[in-house]
Amino acid sequence: MSNYDITRIRSDFPILKREVNGKPLVYLDNGATTQKPKQVIDAIDHYYADMNSNVHRGVHYLSQISTDAFEVTRQKVKDFIHAAQLHEVIITSGTTHGINLIATCFGQAFIHEGDEIIISAMEHHSNIVPWQMLCDFKGAVLRVIPMDEHGELDQAAYANLFNERTKLVSFTYVSNALGTINPVKQMIATAHQHNVPVVLDAAQAVQHIKIDVQDLDVDFMVFSGHKMYGPTGVGVLYGKEALLNALPPYQGGGDMIKEVTFAKTTYNELPFKFEAGTPNIEAGICLAFAIDYINEIGVENIKAYEDELFDYAHSRLREIPNIRFIGTAEKRSSVISFLIEGTHPYDVGVILDKLGIAVRTGHHCAQPVMDQFGIPGTIRASLALYNTKEDIDALVSGLQRAANMLL
Amino acid sequence: MTINETQDELIEDFSFYEDWMEKYEYIIQLGKELPLIEEQYKQEQYIIKGCQSRVWLHPEFKDDKIYFTADSDAIITKGLVSLMVKVLSGHTPKEIAESDLYFVNQIGLQEHLSPTRANGLLSMIKQMKLYAIAYLNK
Repeated sequence: MSNYDITRIRSDFPILKREVNGKPLVYLDNGATTQKPKQVIDAIDHYYADMNSNVHRGVHYLSQISTDAFEVTRQKVKDFIHAAQLHEVIITSGTTHGINLIATCFGQAFIHEGDEIIISAMEHHSNIVPWQMLCDFKGAVLRVIPMDEHGELDQAAYANLFNERTKLVSFTYVSNALGTINPVKQMIATAHQHNVPVVLDAAQAVQHIKIDVQDLDVDFMVFSGHKMYGPTGVGVLYGKEALLNALPPYQGGGDMIKEVTFAKTTYNELPFKFEAGTPNIEAGICLAFAIDYINEIGVENIKAYEDELFDYAHSRLREIPNIRFIGTAEKRSSVISFLIEGTHPYDVGVILDKLGIAVRTGHHCAQPVMDQFGIPGTIRASLALYNTKEDIDALVSGLQRAANMLL
Repeated sequence: MTINETQDELIEDFSFYEDWMEKYEYIIQLGKELPLIEEQYKQEQYIIKGCQSRVWLHPEFKDDKIYFTADSDAIITKGLVSLMVKVLSGHTPKEIAESDLYFVNQIGLQEHLSPTRANGLLSMIKQMKLYAIAYLNK
């Protein structure tokens, strides 16, 4: 890509200059968390040095400017995902928080004994366990969309899972363990044919794929700041206004109320109804800088660059004898999961670490996926906008070295 | 040999290795040499689940001493398991329960005992000591 200034981009990320175990850092664990550009790091510094104050409370100057800055993030998120209304954007602490919020509140209002909730076979534990907890509590039933040997969901089986007891569907946009991009627009339409709302886990998607919640017609969507170059401890729950209004509040506390007496409390309006207590203010404010950073480069440009790198990584990794790719779906994004036959992912991960290469090994919080493939885990290289062909070359030679030692 | 004598011997063995490559090649070698746990003990009851790798550990109480056999599905973990077995196996429950495994730090392998590694090793040491305490109280 000619107009993609990778040198400048890399210089924005201070951590990429450091060494690990005496070797230049090769960071390929972006699916777990991305590194932060100096624009975000400086903003965090600036927040504490210059504007620290609680939000939505004080009439004093600092409270005003931090509240304004916090609300700027909401506006930027709204534009970033093309939400229809500002108050449809709830600031959470992350994806897990968002899913638990929906499971709890939607569960309280709409799930009864014998009702069914559909998830998919490729979900992260955070999109399985909250629904299991809800099902246990309510006596509801969890149904699972099956997945084939390529890591693609069985769409015919999905359509057949619906019945009059189906109340909610929740699935991921991009699989964190396999990289599969699900045909979410079509899957949402299928659910809507049965008048069932959909929760979309976009934690592995927003940083790679342009998302328009109105075009997708998705009912709820969740993602995390720290996987999109932003701070840890902030995330987003998008929900359609009518649905959010129909839900009871999540946690009770400050900020989420209109009036409190010991006889009765009336709740605040959206989005504050779901934002009890003091939020992670600096993370909330600084997420805006991460969104600016992504927008400046452009999500489409990022995707094109990452796709090219993804293809390069595949062709180079094929050079390694005994490599077995886990997840071979036709449409994939930024995640490459594999094994070297005859070695354990943990051993490979330990040796790569010694070479300054950060990958993730293990089950990636998706044990059912590993069970389906009959493996203990995989080695996962996950790409971000600052990775280079040199990173891939380092990974390939590291893997060759690991294979030599272990086999 | 006492537990500490074995530890000191291992520390000396490892002092010959200059860089991590040699050290890990030695551990991998140890892993390949570890006498496998008998297949009958490689079952759910004896498994120690780590997030990353799994360890099987079987204790046998004989002549007032505990003898351990163990295995792991990852070879580096297995090599480290074999070091633990070498140090602790064949000692009395009291000696095992009271042991201080200082050799891990001294040979620079403490990172493998970090909870973030989740390789089952830390839990294995805990389990070895629990077995010892259990026999101690019998």
